[in-house]
Amino acid sequence: MASSTTADGIEIEKLGDGGDGSSGHGDGGVGGGGFGRSDAAPQRAYVTGMTIALGGVLMFFMALVSAYIVRKGFPNSDWRGLDVPWILWLNTTILIASSFTVARSRNRYVAGDKEGFRHWWAVTAILGCFFLVGQLIAWRELAAAGVYLASNPSSSFFYVFTAAHGLHLLGGIAALGFVGVRASRHLTRGTAIEVASMYWHFMDGLWVFLFMLLVLGK
Amino acid sequence: MSVIPSSSQSVSEAPKGIVRRYIFSTNHKVVGVQYFLLALIAVAIGIVLSLLMRFHVVWPGAHIPFLSGGIMTPEQYLALVTMHGTIMVFFVLTTAPQAGFGNYFLPLQIGAPEMAFPRLNMLSFWGTLVAFVVMLAAFLVPGGGPISGWTAYPPLSALGSISGPGEGLGQTMWIISIAIFCVASLLGAVTFIATTIDMRAPGMKLMRLPLTVWSWFVTAILILMAFSVLLAAGVLLLLDRSAGTSFFIPAGVVVNSQLQNHSGGSPLLWQHLFWFFGHPEVYIAILPGMGVVSHVLSNFSRKPVFGYRVMVFATCAIGFLGFTVWGHHMFISGMSPYSGFAFSLLTLAIGVPSAIKTFNWLGTIWGGKIQFTTAMLFALGFVSLFVTGGLSGLFLAQPALDMVLHATYYVVAHFHIIMAMAAIFGIFSATYFWFPKMFGRMLNERMGKLHFWVTFAGAYCIFMPMHFLGIEGAPRRYADFTGVNYLEPLAPLNHFVTIAAFVTGAAQLIFIFNFFWSLKYGRRASRNPWNSTTLEWTTDSPPPPDNFGGRSPEVYRGAYEFSVPGAPEDFIPQNLPPVKAVPAS
Repeated sequence: MASSTTADGIEIEKLGDGGDGSSGHGDGGVGGGGFGRSDAAPQRAYVTGMTIALGGVLMFFMALVSAYIVRKGFPNSDWRGLDVPWILWLNTTILIASSFTVARSRNRYVAGDKEGFRHWWAVTAILGCFFLVGQLIAWRELAAAGVYLASNPSSSFFYVFTAAHGLHLLGGIAALGFVGVRASRHLTRGTAIEVASMYWHFMDGLWVFLFMLLVLGK
Repeated sequence: MSVIPSSSQSVSEAPKGIVRRYIFSTNHKVVGVQYFLLALIAVAIGIVLSLLMRFHVVWPGAHIPFLSGGIMTPEQYLALVTMHGTIMVFFVLTTAPQAGFGNYFLPLQIGAPEMAFPRLNMLSFWGTLVAFVVMLAAFLVPGGGPISGWTAYPPLSALGSISGPGEGLGQTMWIISIAIFCVASLLGAVTFIATTIDMRAPGMKLMRLPLTVWSWFVTAILILMAFSVLLAAGVLLLLDRSAGTSFFIPAGVVVNSQLQNHSGGSPLLWQHLFWFFGHPEVYIAILPGMGVVSHVLSNFSRKPVFGYRVMVFATCAIGFLGFTVWGHHMFISGMSPYSGFAFSLLTLAIGVPSAIKTFNWLGTIWGGKIQFTTAMLFALGFVSLFVTGGLSGLFLAQPALDMVLHATYYVVAHFHIIMAMAAIFGIFSATYFWFPKMFGRMLNERMGKLHFWVTFAGAYCIFMPMHFLGIEGAPRRYADFTGVNYLEPLAPLNHFVTIAAFVTGAAQLIFIFNFFWSLKYGRRASRNPWNSTTLEWTTDSPPPPDNFGGRSPEVYRGAYEFSVPGAPEDFIPQNLPPVKAVPAS
């Protein structure tokens, strides 16, 4: 009776695997099912949970973005376009690169190369730190030029976007550190790596979108 | 779907120690009861606040003992309006039906031993509790509670203490409390959704889920999408207040002859963001009640839910349409008539799935062997209130009529009947229905029925006259109608409403007494006192810590197999294999 031959069952499988669609092939820990303890969630629940949580994060940022578009579009607006500091281009490149390193790290893990996994995982976290330091430098530059949070709506949104994204990325770095250092009681290593990389890729993509908005939509 | 190994016995034992077991517990049933008790405290406070308001409206000069100064000021009245609305909407209507009963019964009804992320779930409750404490503390800070209403419209909410008492620290604490509440609710929503998707027992296909589970699932999606937007709006509002930004504050605002140093922001931007959350919030409050009512009506009519699949579809449709209609809260904001027309049409469109639900409820009880238990009475009361409140919604959904009625008691009547009263009746129905499962004892039915009839009559006595007050032009939020000539003929009506409110408020003491009396002296509940079909009734009352005592339920049929021809009894539990259901044919 429990077979997934019905439309419903198939739909569930899709939802469960939706998160690691980027990887194509599942790794040992994900989708393998199996309750570790009888009250513990199956591993795919963590992938589902992360997918849903990212949906919430997306709504949070889209609310800010729609406020940005509306606030900028007022007739007779006091909006003065903000020229973003050049270092953001470097930061963006670093963050995009970190998406590649985290993907490489994950592949090394799937291939059974623990050493390679650890190496690229650490590189990702370091790149993430570089990005955050770069963002701080950008803030310092703007402040030196007299552009503060309340100077103009464009600078208000700039600081809100970068701060909100930076805090989320800081959480991502903490997650990378946690996954790299110790194993969880509930998640297998494979699931933890899967979920953390999903989050990392999402934060990368989100930043590219916000950066484009700030550059092209100023 | 993997089969849960039943070998591990250790999990059926609860953790040792009071603190781990009842306070910082990750068990979904403990979290559910904690949420329920939080809502019970919140609703008691909310009712007291509303009674103070009603008292003041009809006796504005009366001396109130514990108020500083003795006589209530208009600002104190507005603080009551704000805090009553906030506490009721967030800490009662969002908390009890979804987080309370949902936490307790979602895993049980899908045959899961626990929520998918128990620690996240516990964190969700403790976040909500912290938010509640911060909210109440806003009453105690200098200036008192905020006066900008539960919708916190800027510029009033954004300018700080210059715009009124309570708009200083009180308003800041309001925003911080709501932000914490948002984060806590998001954690809960993620847990609910992942649990429903990935933790169902073998055989529990989507179309076999009880309608309660469907409602909690759709509601969790609404929470995920709506509260994240409110959180973003709250961050911007807080920055406007504390960091000098101008997201919502326009240029040239003068308060107490002081020009405010802001430029170019838009209060309407806040209204859009707020109501993008605020309208789905209405469905967050009512959808779980709809699920419970479908469930209870079917159970006590001894008939399957009429049109189960259509009910599922209607639940999803209401959830989806709920995100497209926020503009109908803003008809009087000066929006373009074209936008108003679009929002009006979409709002009226919600009438379609709502009517589908109503007719299916009637179809469910039609020709059934109806058992008038208290839970059933409250479910029927829900349908009555839902229809009444829905009908006044048809008037308000039209911009031309809303222009006249929007800022009057008509709107107060409308949303209290459909959002507050109907949702509360859903909560009561759920309480009378599930109390035996939660606490192992039956609630007293005699007291329950008395409670129902007084509350049902009271709900109509309080809120029906408000329609007439509104049509006559009585404005909302006014602390005092003294000297408003055109309302003087209606003064007796206002007195009647206040007396009805006090009687109905007092009747809730019957429920409180019944609740605690039955906890100790109520008749012991069997496993399945209502002859129900769903999985929570196949385990002990109350259930063991791992819900099914180490075994894993398997599901073979839909949730509402009542009065199946040829079956030995008039109900077939979901976990009964097919061969046993029908005797040799």
